[in-house]
Amino acid sequence: MRRKDRTYPILVGLFLLFSGAVFFTPRWFSFLLTVAVARSLVVLGVVLLMRAGLVSFGQGFFYCIGGYVAGFSSNAFGVTDAGAVVILAALGAVVAGAIVGLLLCNYRDIFFAMLTLALSMILYSVIVKNPALGGSDGFNVPPPTILGISPEAVDPRVSLPLFTFAVAFLLYALAHRYFLSGFGYAGLALRMNEIRLEYLSLSARALVFLKYILAGVLASVGGALIAYISGHVDPELAYWTTSGEFVFIALLGGTGHVLAPLAGGVVFEVIRSYAFDLAPSLWQMVLGVILLLMIIFMPEGLWSLTERFLERKRDEAAP
Amino acid sequence: MKGRKTFLGVAVSLFLALVLTAPPVHAGGTLKVGVVTFLSGAAAGPFGVPAKNAAELVVDALNNNMVPEPYNTPGIGGKKIEMVLIDEAGSATQQVTEFRNLVQKKGVDVVIGYISSGHCLAIAPVAEELKALTILFDCGTPRIFEEASYKYVFRTGPTATIDSVGAARYIVDLKPDLKSVSGINQDYAWGHDSWNDFISALKVLKPDVEVKNELFPKLFKGQYGAEISSLLVNPADFIHSSFWGGDMEAFVLQGSARGLFDEQTAILTTGETAMFRLDIPEGTVLGARGPFGVYAPKSKLNDWFRSNYIEKYKTPPTYPSYKMAQAFFGLKTAYEKAMKSSKNPTKEDIIKAFEYLEFVSPAGKVKMALGKGHQALQESVYGQFTKAGGKPSVKNVKRYPPECVSPPDGVKSLDWIKGGMKGAKCD
Repeated sequence: MRRKDRTYPILVGLFLLFSGAVFFTPRWFSFLLTVAVARSLVVLGVVLLMRAGLVSFGQGFFYCIGGYVAGFSSNAFGVTDAGAVVILAALGAVVAGAIVGLLLCNYRDIFFAMLTLALSMILYSVIVKNPALGGSDGFNVPPPTILGISPEAVDPRVSLPLFTFAVAFLLYALAHRYFLSGFGYAGLALRMNEIRLEYLSLSARALVFLKYILAGVLASVGGALIAYISGHVDPELAYWTTSGEFVFIALLGGTGHVLAPLAGGVVFEVIRSYAFDLAPSLWQMVLGVILLLMIIFMPEGLWSLTERFLERKRDEAAP
Repeated sequence: MKGRKTFLGVAVSLFLALVLTAPPVHAGGTLKVGVVTFLSGAAAGPFGVPAKNAAELVVDALNNNMVPEPYNTPGIGGKKIEMVLIDEAGSATQQVTEFRNLVQKKGVDVVIGYISSGHCLAIAPVAEELKALTILFDCGTPRIFEEASYKYVFRTGPTATIDSVGAARYIVDLKPDLKSVSGINQDYAWGHDSWNDFISALKVLKPDVEVKNELFPKLFKGQYGAEISSLLVNPADFIHSSFWGGDMEAFVLQGSARGLFDEQTAILTTGETAMFRLDIPEGTVLGARGPFGVYAPKSKLNDWFRSNYIEKYKTPPTYPSYKMAQAFFGLKTAYEKAMKSSKNPTKEDIIKAFEYLEFVSPAGKVKMALGKGHQALQESVYGQFTKAGGKPSVKNVKRYPPECVSPPDGVKSLDWIKGGMKGAKCD
């Protein structure tokens, strides 16, 4: 029996809840939430690929492109509006993704993972070696105007989180629509049996190409938002450990639903922040143990908790 | 339905517990200081942990009033110091998040920290936004106060400029007829900046110096076989290197094994961090990024710091330890100076007292003379490694006064060097 899909109202509700948090929770928490939501967009891209059986260890490639598009737009080209920059970042990802996607759509499994990783590391070294791009120390990104509203008029500590949530939840809604579309389901088919997919007259290569670009757009928009949120970009955005973290969060959240990356992202930031605070020398171990426990006891990620919960409810309702 | 209620209840109470735990109200007598330094990763061993050790030692001693003159008063302005330690590892975004947590959640009064120049660049504007008094203790890039000016940010350690200019002056003094140099530096901002400053300064002093090799192996490469070969094939009088940590040790070990340092003298600008643990070739020029470690001038304060550090950690303090201690003593001096005008100084009072402050640390005199009074200025010291009676030591130590190795306030470092280092006073 199919449950009624309540994702869109939930997304609206979450948007209102998160926006309320900007006004009613301490600043450090709303900041943490903003970082988590922006980064969860990148994870959404990772999940989009994972649903098609592809693991990208190189989403930092697009994350970094987005960040540097934001940085250079305001520092070098005088484009300081976050709305325009988000669109530019998305376009940048489409162009970059279309070029490297031509190569990547021929590969699967470990080969796909390693190639994405290699690409992000190439971008990393190009930036590190190039003082004109800010070198390894990176550069600062000033607070943007947001859809014409200058940071002097409205406190960016309020406007930037609201803008981030609006962009993110819009993309979440679109991603949900995509997951439920024919192309979205074709991803699941791609993971299960590529040959049968081809017999359905769908091109597996075209599908991988498309999904890679979509995931790239999500990562790039996340990167642009992060550039404004943290006020600084550096090549670390493209470093493989950054990409690895996104895969970690994807595993933590699960791939079962469009909201899983959001849950994973928020939980991850909170855990990391507390681990940093309580175990300054052991925080990596805390994260490692959590990942290990997740894989052993909850291989489907945090989202599987809601499935279990709903199942139990159904059992209770049954006579 | 019961299950759902419990679930919701737990979720809501967890959320409330998480969000509504306000920063604890200060008991009248404590000063909360956030300390951020590398506790994991490649920079933890050579820099982060020695700095953390020094922070613990100094906080402990100040709280128990065990520090000799001029710091023989308890705590900071009579307040007990409470230290909150945070790892510097991770991305700039992560460090910005943690910085906000320190200020907004833990409610620290001051943050002392940051070894990575990238982190310093990222943190400074955030400190300004949060109006959080922040002392950068180790990072070297002069960009921080040259590209912007900050009210709430101070740096009590000198910039990397003095290392490079000092190194150039030192080798010219050591070998007035030097003809050629080579450079091997890591391929990232620190390596490129160090080499550019060094070679530009050397070309001012010796316009006809020849550059034999200009090598930039990638960071954390660890294997320098090819680089050592080209340094051997094309020998120079000196080999400049700003390598640090494991890279430096690997380069020295692999170079020694192949006789690289028999005819050529290495200049290791951060070499002091490894002098007690590495078999460094006799005569190698060692830097400590200022008058730190073995180059610290003799004083009661220095003797106290050195002997207590050795007693507690079984190894002599290296420059990151000195720079961390220096940040605490700078803060103490500024805070207590501010107290002279008001019993309970505000942030603004402390800032006013801190600007253009002069204070002493275990490394001697420090002047907050650059960056509109926010950037420390110190002398640059170099010497050569030697084994005196089997114990690692330095000889031919030369000290260059701050005005000799640093641009005047308001002039960018590289512009000053390339413009012929005008106005340098070196006597």
